[in-house]
Amino acid sequence: MSNSANQTVNVISGLELSSSPHVHSKFTTQQVMWLVNLSLLPALISAAVFFGLYQLVVIGVSCAAAVLSEIVVKIIRKSEITIYDGSAFLTGLLLGLIIPPNFSLTSAAIGSAFAIIIGKELFGGLGFNIFNPALVGRAFLQAAYPVAMTTWSKPNFAVDTVTSATPLAAFKFDKMITGIEPLIIGNVGGSIGETSALAIIIGGVFLIGIKIVNWRIPLSMILGLILFGSIFWFIDPIKYPNPLFHLFSGGFLLGAFFMATDWVTSPYTSAGMWIYGLLISLIIVVIRLFGGLPEGVMYGILIMNAFVPLINRLTHPKIFGEAK
Amino acid sequence: MTTTFKGGVHPAEMKELTSEKPFEFLPLPEQICLPLSQHAGKQALLLKKKGDAVRKGEMIAEPDGFISAPIHSPVTGKINKTTSIITLTGIRSEAVIINRSDIDEDDLMEPLNPVTVAREKIIERVKQAGIVGQGGAAFPTYVKLSPPPDKKIDYVILNACECEPYLTRDYRFLIEKTEEVITGLKLILKAAGVLYGIIGVEDNKPEAIKKLENVLRNEENISLKVLKTKYPQGAEKMLIKAVTGREVPPGKLPFDVGCIIHNVGTAVSIYNAVVKGEPQINAFLTVSGLGIVEPKNLIVPVGTPLKNIIDYCGGIKENAKKIVAGGPMMGFAQFDLNSPVTKATSGILVLTGKEAPGIKESNCLNCGRCLSVCPLDLAPTRLYKFSRFDKFEEAIDIGLQTCMECGTCTYNCPAGIPLVQWIRYGKRKSSALLKQKTN
Ligand code: SF4
Ligand code: SF4
Repeated sequence: MSNSANQTVNVISGLELSSSPHVHSKFTTQQVMWLVNLSLLPALISAAVFFGLYQLVVIGVSCAAAVLSEIVVKIIRKSEITIYDGSAFLTGLLLGLIIPPNFSLTSAAIGSAFAIIIGKELFGGLGFNIFNPALVGRAFLQAAYPVAMTTWSKPNFAVDTVTSATPLAAFKFDKMITGIEPLIIGNVGGSIGETSALAIIIGGVFLIGIKIVNWRIPLSMILGLILFGSIFWFIDPIKYPNPLFHLFSGGFLLGAFFMATDWVTSPYTSAGMWIYGLLISLIIVVIRLFGGLPEGVMYGILIMNAFVPLINRLTHPKIFGEAK
Repeated sequence: MTTTFKGGVHPAEMKELTSEKPFEFLPLPEQICLPLSQHAGKQALLLKKKGDAVRKGEMIAEPDGFISAPIHSPVTGKINKTTSIITLTGIRSEAVIINRSDIDEDDLMEPLNPVTVAREKIIERVKQAGIVGQGGAAFPTYVKLSPPPDKKIDYVILNACECEPYLTRDYRFLIEKTEEVITGLKLILKAAGVLYGIIGVEDNKPEAIKKLENVLRNEENISLKVLKTKYPQGAEKMLIKAVTGREVPPGKLPFDVGCIIHNVGTAVSIYNAVVKGEPQINAFLTVSGLGIVEPKNLIVPVGTPLKNIIDYCGGIKENAKKIVAGGPMMGFAQFDLNSPVTKATSGILVLTGKEAPGIKESNCLNCGRCLSVCPLDLAPTRLYKFSRFDKFEEAIDIGLQTCMECGTCTYNCPAGIPLVQWIRYGKRKSSALLKQKTN
């Protein structure tokens, strides 16, 4: 009897005393980030298939540069190394997917370091950044290497009619429209990982299925793009492309599923997500049709990132039971 | 069709550990430790002193004030001493140590006929029997039986959701004591002067639902409502919303929207008090978790030390990490196996590291997973940040005091931020602040 009492006392001294709740859902930051990385695998494969294995080297360098810069910053700041959470890797991966094929390795590394140091750590690290770090990196590269950032390679299985220019540029400058089928498969010019709608949708639907990505953001962006695209197409179908062309060309889908949905820099209220998604698409359509650039996804998302805190505040739901 | 509320989560249920285990009586302990504070409100006043003999069912402490309840001795024996303890819910309380004797004498109340008993008599009996709510807050039950006369009450809702994982005690009540539950509900209806009763059950209890449907076939005034299985379906506001569609506004009570809610266990206690004349001297509880050798459903005398219960269930496994009184979502971690069970204890869980992982905290990702699951549509992440940085005024502005501390937000936060823990801190600090202001 006394023996068992002693035993119990021993066991109890090792017990944890934290307060409720004592159980937790299976999602942790680390798991979530690596799942998002995993969901980009189809886009990674499409990159290798359409633009060659060298793209994997570019992406690898981009990831390595992101992770290394985060380590360096944390060491300088004497704070805990957090690279295992997968977020720096993700930034590198995303940046690698949104630069032109056959990009210089040095420039990719510089862009990636910029994304982490300026886009993320300057704000205080994961969770405190206002803008999507990968897009900050890309905006930097656009400014620093304007020529390289608009030099496109022909995809591997190009038929004669396919040029190395992106479908959006081909339309903007030559009024040449690319068929929907190659756009969906991805056998067209464009950034390393953005050309295959199919690969992106597979990854995106996976993330929606496991509830990491909230469906409201991609859906509102897609509906918004179709809506605003259609309006102009109805006005003048020669001058403006049809909405499906809008949808499947350029970086729209990659942006809709993987960039605009970034937890840290997107709204967290349901109504806010709708407003945010619709407005991003409005900006995209306006830039594509009336701006000097053929593409507008990056600016659409970065501009709306800035409004997220405001959108969150304005769209907060009424507390349960309060008069509606 | 099942109905429910917006938000909530669905943790692993773990009910299979005990759902098929009928109630067993725990062998009477040699010594019990009876806290005088087993209810919301002031602790009861002790009527006995050291050396006095007490009989099973005898009142040994009387209520002190409106929101208080008497305490009865669950065993026959002698008062050894009084002492000061921390209860399972972390409250400081006076307690009486009683040494049990082998004499089997009791001092129960006179049994009453549940069909003919008068309304006032039921309320009086519930008060005498020291019955307190078994949902968690341990509010004296008789107070809820006499709603303010200006409030029109439409429904008495019996809470049989048992939405906390692991716990199967309410389920066992529904299966083993169906008649007692229904009769208890009828007594509540009569006492409160309400016409309709509704029993709310989650749809993960098909056996119990079948049984209830059978019994209720001939009852005109009592209906069954099957609800979606999710946490916190058993929270009062959520249950009312799911059953009636009504929303209890912040700072208001179920009374205000025409409802009274009681737990299934409370109905059984009322039955026992009226029909058998037995005061609330036993606790019905689920002992479960992967860290206990033999999970069980038990009937134990109030005041039984945790140690007796755990020993009876074969003891603790080596990989045990936490002992929790209550459910895993709202229960309290324990550190002392001498701590006694009280009237409102619904379960004792021994959890392993696998079950209670303890997530490392990282930065808020702004992901909104806490907002999307908060049943009250609060902004947990903002409440937490305001509380953590002592901005209580701002926190109050966005609903700090409305939070029911269900812990759903913390459960769902991928960054492992102890949201509800900070919110609790904020609530405590700011209610002190609010008090100061009104003084
Ligand atoms: S603990 Fe409070 S804030 Fe968190 S989910 Fe429950 S009610 Fe909402
Ligand atoms: S769930 Fe956690 S990480 Fe997400 S917004 Fe809420 S507090 Fe932040």
